[in-house]
Amino acid sequence: MLRGTPFHSRTGALCQSQNWRRWAGYVVAGSYELTHDREYYAIRSSAALIDVSPLHKYMIRGPDAVRFLDRVVTRDVSRCALGQVLYTPWCDETGKVIDDGTLARLGEETFRLTAAEPNLRWLHDNAAGLRMTIEDVSDSTAALAIQGPASREILSGVSDAGVDGLRFFRVTSTNVRGIPVTISRTGYTGDLGYEIWVDSERAEALWDALMEAGGPYGITPAGILALDVARIEAGLILIDVDYVPAHRALIESRKSSPFELGLGWTVKLNKGAGNFVGSKALEQEKRRGSEWQFRGLEIDWQSLEKLYGEVGLPPQLPTVAWRTSVPVYANGKQVGYATSGCWSPILKKYIALAHLQSGHAEPGTKLQIEVTVEHHRKRAAATVTETPFFDPERKRA
Amino acid sequence: MSKEGGADYDAIVIGGGHNGLVNAAYLARAGKRVLVLERRHLVGGATVTEEIYPGFKYSVCSYVVSLLRPEIIRELDLPSHGLEILPLNSTVTPLPNGDYLARWADHDHTRRELYRHSARDAEAYDDYGKLMYHLAFAVKPIMAMVPPDPTSLSPKDLRGLLKLGRHFRSLGEERFHALFKLMTMSASDFLDEWFETEPLKATMSASGIIGTFLGPRSPGTAYVLLHHYMGEIDGAFRAWGFARGGTGAIAEAIAGAARRFGAEIRTEAGVARVTVKNGRATGVVLESGDEISARVVVSGLDPKRTFLKLIEADQLPTDFVDSIRRFKIRGSSGKVNLSLSELPNFTCLPGEGPHLRGAISISPSVDYLERAYDDAKYGDFSRRPYMDIIIPSMIDPGMAPPGKHVMSIFVQYAPSDLKGGWDETRREAFGDAVIDTLAQYAPNLPGAILHRQVLTPWDMERDIGLTQGNIFHGELSLHQLFFLRPAPSWADYRTPLENFYQCGSGTHPGGGISGASGRLAALTVLQDWKR
Amino acid sequence: MTNSYDAIVIGAGHNGLVTAAYLAKAGLQVLVLERRNVVGGAAVTEEIFSGFKFDTGAHRIGALHPAVVRELDLARHGLEVIETDPTVFTPLLDGRHLLLWRDPQRCVESIRQFSKADANQWVPFTQLVAKATSLLGAAYASPPPNVVAGGVRDLWTMLRLGGRLRRLGKRDMTEVMRILPMSVKELLDDWFESDVLKGTLGAAAITGMFQGPMAAGTAYTFLHHHVGVNGGILRPTMRVRGGIGSLTAALAAAATERGTTIKTNAPVERIIVESGRATGVVLECGEEIRAKWIVSNIDPKRTFSRLVHPTELDPEFCRKIRNIKFKGACAKVHLALSELPDFTCLPGNGPHSNGVISISPSLIYLERAYDDAKYGGVSRKPYLEAVIPTVTDSSLAPPGKHVMSILVQYAPYHLKEGTWDDGRRQALGEAVVDTFAEYAPNIKSAVLHRHVLTPLDLEDTYGLTEGNIYHGELTMDQLFFMRPVPECARYRTPIENLYLCGAGTHPGGGVNGVSGYNAARQILRDAKRLGRSSVS
Repeated sequence: MLRGTPFHSRTGALCQSQNWRRWAGYVVAGSYELTHDREYYAIRSSAALIDVSPLHKYMIRGPDAVRFLDRVVTRDVSRCALGQVLYTPWCDETGKVIDDGTLARLGEETFRLTAAEPNLRWLHDNAAGLRMTIEDVSDSTAALAIQGPASREILSGVSDAGVDGLRFFRVTSTNVRGIPVTISRTGYTGDLGYEIWVDSERAEALWDALMEAGGPYGITPAGILALDVARIEAGLILIDVDYVPAHRALIESRKSSPFELGLGWTVKLNKGAGNFVGSKALEQEKRRGSEWQFRGLEIDWQSLEKLYGEVGLPPQLPTVAWRTSVPVYANGKQVGYATSGCWSPILKKYIALAHLQSGHAEPGTKLQIEVTVEHHRKRAAATVTETPFFDPERKRA
Repeated sequence: MSKEGGADYDAIVIGGGHNGLVNAAYLARAGKRVLVLERRHLVGGATVTEEIYPGFKYSVCSYVVSLLRPEIIRELDLPSHGLEILPLNSTVTPLPNGDYLARWADHDHTRRELYRHSARDAEAYDDYGKLMYHLAFAVKPIMAMVPPDPTSLSPKDLRGLLKLGRHFRSLGEERFHALFKLMTMSASDFLDEWFETEPLKATMSASGIIGTFLGPRSPGTAYVLLHHYMGEIDGAFRAWGFARGGTGAIAEAIAGAARRFGAEIRTEAGVARVTVKNGRATGVVLESGDEISARVVVSGLDPKRTFLKLIEADQLPTDFVDSIRRFKIRGSSGKVNLSLSELPNFTCLPGEGPHLRGAISISPSVDYLERAYDDAKYGDFSRRPYMDIIIPSMIDPGMAPPGKHVMSIFVQYAPSDLKGGWDETRREAFGDAVIDTLAQYAPNLPGAILHRQVLTPWDMERDIGLTQGNIFHGELSLHQLFFLRPAPSWADYRTPLENFYQCGSGTHPGGGISGASGRLAALTVLQDWKR
Repeated sequence: MTNSYDAIVIGAGHNGLVTAAYLAKAGLQVLVLERRNVVGGAAVTEEIFSGFKFDTGAHRIGALHPAVVRELDLARHGLEVIETDPTVFTPLLDGRHLLLWRDPQRCVESIRQFSKADANQWVPFTQLVAKATSLLGAAYASPPPNVVAGGVRDLWTMLRLGGRLRRLGKRDMTEVMRILPMSVKELLDDWFESDVLKGTLGAAAITGMFQGPMAAGTAYTFLHHHVGVNGGILRPTMRVRGGIGSLTAALAAAATERGTTIKTNAPVERIIVESGRATGVVLECGEEIRAKWIVSNIDPKRTFSRLVHPTELDPEFCRKIRNIKFKGACAKVHLALSELPDFTCLPGNGPHSNGVISISPSLIYLERAYDDAKYGGVSRKPYLEAVIPTVTDSSLAPPGKHVMSILVQYAPYHLKEGTWDDGRRQALGEAVVDTFAEYAPNIKSAVLHRHVLTPLDLEDTYGLTEGNIYHGELTMDQLFFMRPVPECARYRTPIENLYLCGAGTHPGGGVNGVSGYNAARQILRDAKRLGRSSVS
């Protein structure tokens, strides 16, 4: 049966909409209120509390932990400082992305890897002959994201120390009202924010502490619908939506390399440790050039207005982010497909994330995207853009 | 009405089993005058539903639909003749320690459950599923082709071989090698490469031993693991489940289609022999002594019956008769059907629940299955047998009176060549072993039994006409598959006798209610007719 | 002393020595590194008890690759093969016995006492075996073709084999294809009725296998052991004068004569891999030696899990290596005897002790022995293959005394309960002597010394993973282009310039030198292609 997360007693009580979504075998709130608008704005203007417990979490410990991780992920782990967090994908032998997540260095020989999919078997397969252990702590560790401009103040107010000065993509161990936690300055919103990792048994107490402390700042529990809009604005990819994990792709063409997902910056071909899984293929791809690029699309409002105007309607956009594959054209020929998109309330723009053939992916390129206007397929003008769409200074400051 | 050459019919199909009926339906669909002759009072062969105890309906032998070819369902429009396939989605394996292992319809649900036993297995299960999906794809065209004869130099066979060669090359190295392993390994070894949870391996490997005279550690048992995934690649068509009304409803639906196309079906019309003139089949003689002539005769019986009983030995080449004699057809399974006053109450999952609407597998460990095999190897029935159980009345309430239930138990091993031979006493002893074993997992069961039907290979041979009670018309071992099934050079549904064809499970691809043999045989007959 | 060679062969087993000799013959500077203080690997003769010399690993040889014997001039280096006659003696408890001879007619006579029908079937059966093995022999003569993604050479090999198959004629061709995947029991049941004959032939199929005679694929292993054997002879028994160690000594001599350096007591710690290419080895003593070609005669599992760092290999490849089935099934018992065994069914001394003495009264006997092992136990009534080489070669023991070497099956490497400690070891030795004594009661008092190698000992002593004498089971899924894994089936490995030449590669199993020979040819062909060496 589907399970509730360690926060379920709290989220359940708050979920007026009964809009529950499945996430990795758990149920989590899609939205708490009947519409998710307020939850979205909490992320961008005050603070939102988001239950991200369904993430898979693995503790990796041992003298060969760095060597192991350098073998598995594309980033250079040997250069990850104590207390640093790396965002990284990992690939199969052919250089196609299996999953992506964050890797936190909690100790000299201790790391926590988060993943969207179960990865224990893959990790074990790569660990043969190395002196290290992998512990699946997915069930015993709950995770809560506090995201938004007020998150720092709220969190510093309830935690012992270390939050105020915590830099972007750093992690620290501290206590929140006496509850031992680790806090990383990471998130899936592209805003100022933190993720808090806590023993599942203390999850409810942590929730209560943050809700209470955040009250005066307008803290709002947010569901994954609001999160989805925020992550698209931030240009962050979502597994199973923007890419198919290599291990589950039934056909080759469904797989993507990091280069094809806009993650070229995470591929460290010359790391000190030498080869990593997929590095040979990625080296070749880099030399050859990738077939696909992953880009933002900004859909032209006037073009939309015109198409809708023809049937006598104002532009009608979905109220939540969409996650279907939508064809993208250049001069009538399909050159790619968008995999998620939404109306960005903060930017006042209709945006999407798309896979584009390399010849059509230069920022500024004018393309067309399919829109269904009153049961008829039309094409609206769109422009290729860099991501993130939304990148406030406070995110890193 | 065409009565070419004075023949009574264009085609006579011997045996109204599901393959015979499929064959007849396709021939009739092509406009031929077809007569089906069935020895029993009802059609279906081993695909029958019978009300042996008033109010309770048993799918006497075969009990699930798994491999029925989608093209047959489509081309014969079986739904319009009453075929309804109800979902049968879960498999639960009760364990002696009071725990259980389940696989449910929902992916997350199954993963959680497997995770409870082994985190790595939960993940391996998905990867394994993906490989099997690909391998099912690789095998599908082979299942659907008439096997070419590798010793022949005829253009047709060479074309077939070339096609096969190209197909294998198109798979790519990884999948070809995986397929090779699957074809040659034991189910147990193959699964050892993926899993560590004993009941998971046992329950999966059990599908590899069904109907064979092999244990899960015998090489050659792995490839049947694929059967479970063959349904997957038919996408939404998925025909895996329980036929409403029992398996007899499948035979009825096919018979209905055959009749609609104009075929005539005669029951209680056992065939004594096939008449042969100058190396050609010309018709049949019934057990009643009546003679019926036809342009072609197709046998849906197993190869032994077809060639060693219906035909005089001197009408066939000695080599061929030798091959048929050597064809291995040992029966290894039995069936127990129960009428129950109440549902079984499993210690591991007490009360009524979704587990009773799916399959229940008594296969706690590979060793357990292997020991069951050891008994059979030396000529005994398994004291602690493997069982695959469903409760049809939970899926289709029409199978039993309200509040009452029927239970179908497939049992292995029950060797056809039991030491000392089968008789009534031994049959009931076998039935007792089954109930005893089951009572360890569901203690209320013995007290709930209103009626018990036990079928051993001996019964299946006598009642249904399966030689040695082999449910697949011949063992599905590597050396009896594809162009070797049932005999080299005669695996294309033709026989050494002109105008005489074979369409039973003893031909490629054979085994299970798939109808593929019946269909491919019909297409072969029609092709020859054109010439 | 140079610290760099053209080629390093790791392990001086018989295949490694064959490879070394051929590489040296082609003009390469070759170094052979052997962990033990003797060369030979599992083809070695050791004086365990003063004056008594035993073939402690393999105690028979297979059909040596004729080219190897000829081209390396092994006779000049002291190789003398003894082909025993009779080949096999199977004593029974009912007072009868079966003898198989090199002369088919004598076999027929011996078989006739058990079954006239079987006697008549004998010659036709040997003919079928000869046909099937000639086909396999052709397949063994070259690296297995890449069936799926192969090039012209692979296609040519396949066509050649296909041609050989078709030349058998329709009837035999289908028969050969039909029997390959069968169990040896099914094969023998098709031909024979007498238990002892079937048991004795079937035993050849299960030697070294963790399978019983009812397991599919054992018909193939039966044929495997007859490849290269003169037609008409089944279960040939061939030994080497002076012990099997004389064979490897001859190979070593042939190799050194051509300039090969052989270092014993030189265990390799790891293979140096740089940018995906093998460039040398590091010895356990720390010494680093470089070479263009590294050839491992060690079994594939040890090669990749111990000598190569896992991060140099793809995880999928590692998984395949991990999944190679080893499942050691045999143990060895060595007895120093004061007199020859005296068989109740055939008293006195006679030629019956020349060849293999096979305790294999029936297939069921063998299957039951396997049943015990299947659940992790040692066979209560094991299959025994005993040889007394002193009958034909008195140099191996003090005058009047004898040595007897017994291959025992099944003794599973993985025990369900307990481990292979000394208690178990001695119990096994006793059980074997007891079983043998049922047939030859005087054996008990004749034993002067007893030495037992459990599967664990075989692993520790000879580096055979799980004690598997073939470097990996000879099952269908691990043969030809699948042996040991598809990526290494043509002796190459995913690591450039690292090759395999041991029994873990095609065709594998048995002391025949074919793997070593094929591997050397592959290396030389690759070397020529790359133009990296002065190959003649």
